[in-house]
Amino acid sequence: MTESEATVPAHTGSRTTRLLGLATLVGIAVVLVLGLVVTGPDAVQGDAARLIYLHVPVAVAMNVGFGLTTLGSVMWLWKKSRWWDTVAVSACEVGLVYTGLTLVTGMVWGRPTWGVYWTWDARLTTFSLLFLLYLGYLVVRHLPAETEVRNRRSAYVALLAFVDVPIVYLSVSWWRGLHQSATLSLSSTISGLMLFTLMTGMIVALMGFAWLLIHRFRVAWLEDELDSVGLELAISERRAEAGMTSVNVPATVEAVVR
Amino acid sequence: MTQWGYVTVGYVLVFVVLAVYAVRTLLKGRALSKQVPPESRRWM
Amino acid sequence: MFRDAALVAGKDLRVEWRSRVTINQVAPFAVLVLILFAFALDPDRGVLQQATAGLFWVAVLFSALLAVQRAFAIESVDGNRDALRLSGLDPAGIFLGKASAVALELAGLEALLLVGVVVLYSTTLSGWLLLVTTCVVATIGLAAAGSLYGVLAAGLRVRETLLPLLLLPVVAPVLLGATRAFEAAFGQTTADGWSWVGLLTTFAVIYVAFGVLAFGSLLEES
Repeated sequence: MTESEATVPAHTGSRTTRLLGLATLVGIAVVLVLGLVVTGPDAVQGDAARLIYLHVPVAVAMNVGFGLTTLGSVMWLWKKSRWWDTVAVSACEVGLVYTGLTLVTGMVWGRPTWGVYWTWDARLTTFSLLFLLYLGYLVVRHLPAETEVRNRRSAYVALLAFVDVPIVYLSVSWWRGLHQSATLSLSSTISGLMLFTLMTGMIVALMGFAWLLIHRFRVAWLEDELDSVGLELAISERRAEAGMTSVNVPATVEAVVR
Repeated sequence: MTQWGYVTVGYVLVFVVLAVYAVRTLLKGRALSKQVPPESRRWM
Repeated sequence: MFRDAALVAGKDLRVEWRSRVTINQVAPFAVLVLILFAFALDPDRGVLQQATAGLFWVAVLFSALLAVQRAFAIESVDGNRDALRLSGLDPAGIFLGKASAVALELAGLEALLLVGVVVLYSTTLSGWLLLVTTCVVATIGLAAAGSLYGVLAAGLRVRETLLPLLLLPVVAPVLLGATRAFEAAFGQTTADGWSWVGLLTTFAVIYVAFGVLAFGSLLEES
């Protein structure tokens, strides 16, 4: 083992992420205690309202994620910096996980509250379209291509999706607005403790998001590094650790063959 | 199912999904780190 | 810019006219979709008449996918894409030309589909001004967004499966808005159809502007 190998760890963690991860875990415990034990049931919705402490924070983090994807794409088009492109793709993937959780918690909350898992509520519908829009971005981003082409293509997909979001939201709320009350119908009656729990949830969700984002960013960075290492090296290393599967194989081969 | 049942399902789903995704990301990071020469493992 | 657009649109429409792909394949497909809807929804229970507006626009959306794919497939062979890029034509002009050609084809298909719903679903058309305006702005929006994603996906091997995934969620508001406006035109709802036309216009303006600005950059890659 060389000196540099000893100082550069073979994982994506660092002091900052370990501290952040620890703080997030503590935060999760606090939210669990606050949300499940300390707060009482909501006057209108009963205990189902406890799901809101997850649903809303996760949705907020999701918005941050897609916001970062947009920002990263704009910045890539402007600065052509690899860093921003990596931010965009990492934020999108973590954002999609959070969108999935937003939809799931929304549905699980909807069943006891509205009697159905899915209603064509303006927000739920918009989120489901958001999920598909940004799934498309991720698919395009993972298509094999030269780095520059791939980055430009996916940056435009992100921007095209982004300009669609307000139109989607507007159209869906015009469509459903008269039929459904907003998802957060308890906000008018929310008590101090509940609001505090919700805010804590948001902070913890954002901390968790940041932790995932940093790690995902480093993974994406490593993937790009591996792509540029070259076919020769990749193949020999792949053979050395036979059986290791990675999504990178086709991308690497494609990039080099071209 | 009682309201608490839905609450349990929701909480368990969220934290399990997040944990699985986090572990997957970490493992992927470790696997990739080993394949990349140390001098390339700079990301900031 | 507009001279270039006219050139490109003329070329595309001539290619379409000579190859007859739109007339011989896309148009029958659109009618087929209408017939399939009748199989899926029992025509005797009045469901078809109630759902006419939505079914019409779903058929338009599917046909638009084919039209867009076709419009960019003719460039993807024999390095025609490079030829187009190096032709010295203004990229914004190329975009407007491509989009206009798609829009005109779609307008033809919509006319056919309108006849189709009148004949097959015994729909009574009414509110003509709203009907035609909706068609015009929705078609412009569809063609503009379609051309943008079309050029993006054109060079890819997976374009047939990728384009629907990318385009359909984006044009979902068009389906929503145009359907509601049609329902208002048919007198099925009391809602104001013109505010939906406003939304469709916004969509069209945004994607036309996006295309004019970004098409050159999108055309470069492949």
